[in-house]
Amino acid sequence: MNSSRVNLEKLSAEIRCQVIGMSHRAKTPHLGSSLSCVDLLVGLYWEFLRIGPAQANSPDRDRLILSKGHAAPALYAVLSRKGFFPETLLMDYGKDRAALAEQPSPGCAPGVEWATGSLGHGLSAGIGMTLAARIQKRNYRTVVLLSDGECNEGSVWEAAMFAAAQKLESLTVFVDYNKWQATGRSEEVMALAPLRDKWDSFGWEAREINGHSFPEICDVLKLAAATGRQKPLAIVAHTIKGRGVSFMEDDNNWHYRIPNEDEVKKAEKELLDV
Amino acid sequence: MRNAFAEEITRLAQERQDVVLLSGDIGNRLFERFKEIAPARFFNCGVAEANMVGVAAGMAACGLRPVCYTIASFLTYRVVEQIRLDLGYHHQRVILVGTGAGLSYASLGSTHHSVEDMGMLRLIPGLAVLAPGDAMELRPALRAAFDYPGPVYLRIGKKGEPVIHAKEPDFKIGKGLRVREGTRAWILSLGNTLPLALEASDLLKAQGIDCAVASMGSLKPLDTALLKEVFESSKVVLTLEEHSVLGGLGTAVAEWKAANPSKAKLLTFGTPDQFLHETTHQASARAWAGLTAQRIADGIAKNLS
Repeated sequence: MNSSRVNLEKLSAEIRCQVIGMSHRAKTPHLGSSLSCVDLLVGLYWEFLRIGPAQANSPDRDRLILSKGHAAPALYAVLSRKGFFPETLLMDYGKDRAALAEQPSPGCAPGVEWATGSLGHGLSAGIGMTLAARIQKRNYRTVVLLSDGECNEGSVWEAAMFAAAQKLESLTVFVDYNKWQATGRSEEVMALAPLRDKWDSFGWEAREINGHSFPEICDVLKLAAATGRQKPLAIVAHTIKGRGVSFMEDDNNWHYRIPNEDEVKKAEKELLDV
Repeated sequence: MRNAFAEEITRLAQERQDVVLLSGDIGNRLFERFKEIAPARFFNCGVAEANMVGVAAGMAACGLRPVCYTIASFLTYRVVEQIRLDLGYHHQRVILVGTGAGLSYASLGSTHHSVEDMGMLRLIPGLAVLAPGDAMELRPALRAAFDYPGPVYLRIGKKGEPVIHAKEPDFKIGKGLRVREGTRAWILSLGNTLPLALEASDLLKAQGIDCAVASMGSLKPLDTALLKEVFESSKVVLTLEEHSVLGGLGTAVAEWKAANPSKAKLLTFGTPDQFLHETTHQASARAWAGLTAQRIADGIAKNLS
């Protein structure tokens, strides 16, 4: 188990390097937001989701919706690493007419479940998929990854109440709680705290974890896999925007800033030389 | 019309295991039978229309055929981004059924009027916009919506509208229905104004003017073959709808006519580009908008002379 966790950390570092390279080459923003959810995605794809390239279109596959579509580079890098598509697609990311765009379009690549980019849509779609499993008597799980800024959207809370009313225990939400939104501290903009209590009071089983700790991510995923809860599960994952690169961490300039060549080299050194 | 909808959707749910009905906390009694035959496929989604449409999109992505039902104004204005992205962009086969079309709920005030809905939704690529003229037309329109390879907005009236068609017409998406033949003028009616169109045609007949009437139940796609015939064969064409003169059938026909010049005169009858601040009954609201048989007949007669 220990060695596999070491591997997850190494994997995360490599994926972060890819994401940084993609932002640099394509000159696309939202790097900080992508880096904050890499560990969650790695945990989900390597320790939880029953899905792979061979089941990309299977009706029984588990589903992950990246509702914070602006973190698409992190999802693309994870899917590529999982073998859903060749790494060459990542090299073309963000180019004119490339399959992989700054925000995912419908059916843009195998493994991308939902086109997002406008916040507050993914959870409702995920609920629809979860209810479809119930109606069609399938056993798949659905996971929706939200950003904390996204929780500003009223539609998230409409969806939250409905999922609780429907007792959707095979639905799990992760909130990538990096404490920043595009132009300010998420707490100052919309008084998000206490975020775990909000989900709890909306009728969800709510947990808080360190979203960069693989032991904590893996533990909470065991809970997500358990049945009999009669409630959907919300995991408020405390994260750091720009995680993994000292000069990006918790600096909201990296919501829009694009790293230059020197910065890419410095970041790679920090991530891979550990 | 809404009782016909409830009967038809219940029948479809009996036939097909993929039909799911989502309601925005209305029509509880209306769907008693549906809930009996398919309890696991009925969802009261509460007063949360945006979520309802997103949920339907997720279901459709898994192969189900969801139908969302609530008051037209709440189903459309509030939810336009979900309709655009979750249904349009994703091309999900969800049917939106908006009840209380146009000025049906006039007495509830402008919050409940839906006179810009079709104009807004007509802009969304791949989404069909249907507004049947009566309960007979609604049933085949709903079945056609299930066969349509994309999302559909089906705008229906309330209860107790006059039934015009003697039997179920051959409704096809993209086709108008000829309801009355005539030679000198045409009224093209969209949705629940069909009885009014016939009333106006009666008034014209009394003056010796032979005026044809069509129910243009498919606003998008539009029956351009019928438009071609109508504009070639008559001097005056009048569009009629309980919808703003901006964006609906009048606009769609004017757009077509701009690209297909014709000597025939086009008159567009609909609600004006303003809110109705008075609380009125539907008939008064129509009168406020100039949607009366007399005004329609006068408009046609004046332009023929």
